[in-house]
Amino acid sequence: MSELRELYQQVILDHNRNPRNFGPLETANRHQEGFNPLCGDHLHVYLLLNDDDVIEDIHFDGSGCAISKASASLMTQLLKGSTADEARSRFDSFHEMVTADTDAPVDLEAAGKLAVFGGVREFPMRVKCATLAWHTMKSALEAETEDPITTE
Amino acid sequence: MTAAPTALRDASLETPAPPFDVDAVRRDFPILGRAVRDRALVYLDNAATAQKPRSVIEAMERYYEEENSNIHRGVHFLSQQATFAYERARGRIAQFLNAPESVEIVFCRGTTEAVNLVAHSYARPRVGAGDEILVTHMEHHSNIVPWQMLCESTGATLTVASVTDEGELDLADFADKLSPRTRLVAVTHASNVLGTINPIRRICDLAHEFDIPVLVDGAQGAPHLAVDVQALGCDFYTLSGHKLFAPTGIGALWGRRELLEEMAPYEGGGSMIQSVTFESTTFAELPNKFEAGTPNIAGAIGLAAAVDYLNGLGMAQISAYEEELLAYATDRLLSVDGLRLFGTAPEKVAVLAFALEAAHPHDIGTILDIEGVALRTGHHCAQPLMQRYGVPAMARASFAFYNTRHEVDVLVTALDKVKQVLG
Repeated sequence: MSELRELYQQVILDHNRNPRNFGPLETANRHQEGFNPLCGDHLHVYLLLNDDDVIEDIHFDGSGCAISKASASLMTQLLKGSTADEARSRFDSFHEMVTADTDAPVDLEAAGKLAVFGGVREFPMRVKCATLAWHTMKSALEAETEDPITTE
Repeated sequence: MTAAPTALRDASLETPAPPFDVDAVRRDFPILGRAVRDRALVYLDNAATAQKPRSVIEAMERYYEEENSNIHRGVHFLSQQATFAYERARGRIAQFLNAPESVEIVFCRGTTEAVNLVAHSYARPRVGAGDEILVTHMEHHSNIVPWQMLCESTGATLTVASVTDEGELDLADFADKLSPRTRLVAVTHASNVLGTINPIRRICDLAHEFDIPVLVDGAQGAPHLAVDVQALGCDFYTLSGHKLFAPTGIGALWGRRELLEEMAPYEGGGSMIQSVTFESTTFAELPNKFEAGTPNIAGAIGLAAAVDYLNGLGMAQISAYEEELLAYATDRLLSVDGLRLFGTAPEKVAVLAFALEAAHPHDIGTILDIEGVALRTGHHCAQPLMQRYGVPAMARASFAFYNTRHEVDVLVTALDKVKQVLG
């Protein structure tokens, strides 16, 4: 049961039930679609990126498991107001945390709110669920392109 | 287009098997004794791949320890032994499927390769623009994509017979979609998602009225049902060893001799030739024509050991036991609030695909895993079927004859936990 609670922490369950910044963003000037072909997860990330490269607003929608939905929801909260560079570096540290060796302790300070996803490391098959929204966001930052990205 | 039935089936295999003792059967499968995440393993992912009995593992080990050699080549003792074991394996598979002749059995990597072989060697030269290949909406990607690729390169059309809400093939629609332009019907014996057993005999009769050959994807049928290709009346039948309690990387294609003989080779290389000069090559007789290169000898031997093991238990006993287990599991799952079952055909193999209101299949899969229950979640290589039922994914419990009622109970208790956590 402890592994279960470790993975499905209250914060994750809460964001799964009540995802924040959920739904299309009318003012978006960047949009990207993401797929996880393994499980059928499918989401959209919408960004409003201003001339100073600051993410003024960010939304997501789509369907997915609790991990991917909560991850997307927390990501939107965290990145609103960040610069594109900050968002990229957040991506890197998040990715590092969920793919790190399970023996290494989670760097709570660096991870901040995202530390709730530390349990994902025990379930390598779920890493893609946790990172789908992040990959999609990163690609939306780059993207004039609209080709959907996948976790494969 | 059906061949006259001939008696190849070994009469000794027809003797009644002893009563089915699931505890004894479980002891034949070493992996079933292991723990996963500190809990007894409850393995309900048999439609993805089945576990292997000790006799299969030992047969392969014995081959490598005592007989390993290349086949159909040397005159030395070991090569003869290996050749004998490999060809004996072919004979066992022929008997298992009640094929008229063992040369009609082509060893391949599995159903995927078998379907591709037929698409390439049988269909491609016979299919042109405006022709049709007819499949059903419940096919696995391996019985869709090769035909789609074929259609793309030949200008033919892939036509699809519908599936009812209950998960049965709509036979009237199937009959409607058969046309004088249909060049081949490709249909699964049993659905890997819905469990539905298709009325193959009826399908073949309908198709044969137009002289259309029928390929049956037996990946999910052969592990659960006594297969008699002559009684089914089909023209090609495929199976995957790893779903039949045998190793990965081995499978078989059965085809009617007349069709196989007319077909060009699939791959070129060693073993499949009669003579080679730089000007021209003549090809070997059946079945070597389709087996280029050194085959998976150990795999074939393992597959034969699996077939022997199944014959020892008796496919009729296996089917009867599984039918009873499926009925129990269906009742138990339907008692779970908020559970939607996909596939409620009266004739089913022991596969239960479902969704829970409260949870995404992926979360179900992980929480069940923590409880020691292994099942598959996702699209099950049948995305068109997911679209048919309007869901991105399903959870699927698929049973084998070594599963028990107790394991069904563990599954149901674990599903309650899923609802507690995510509800």
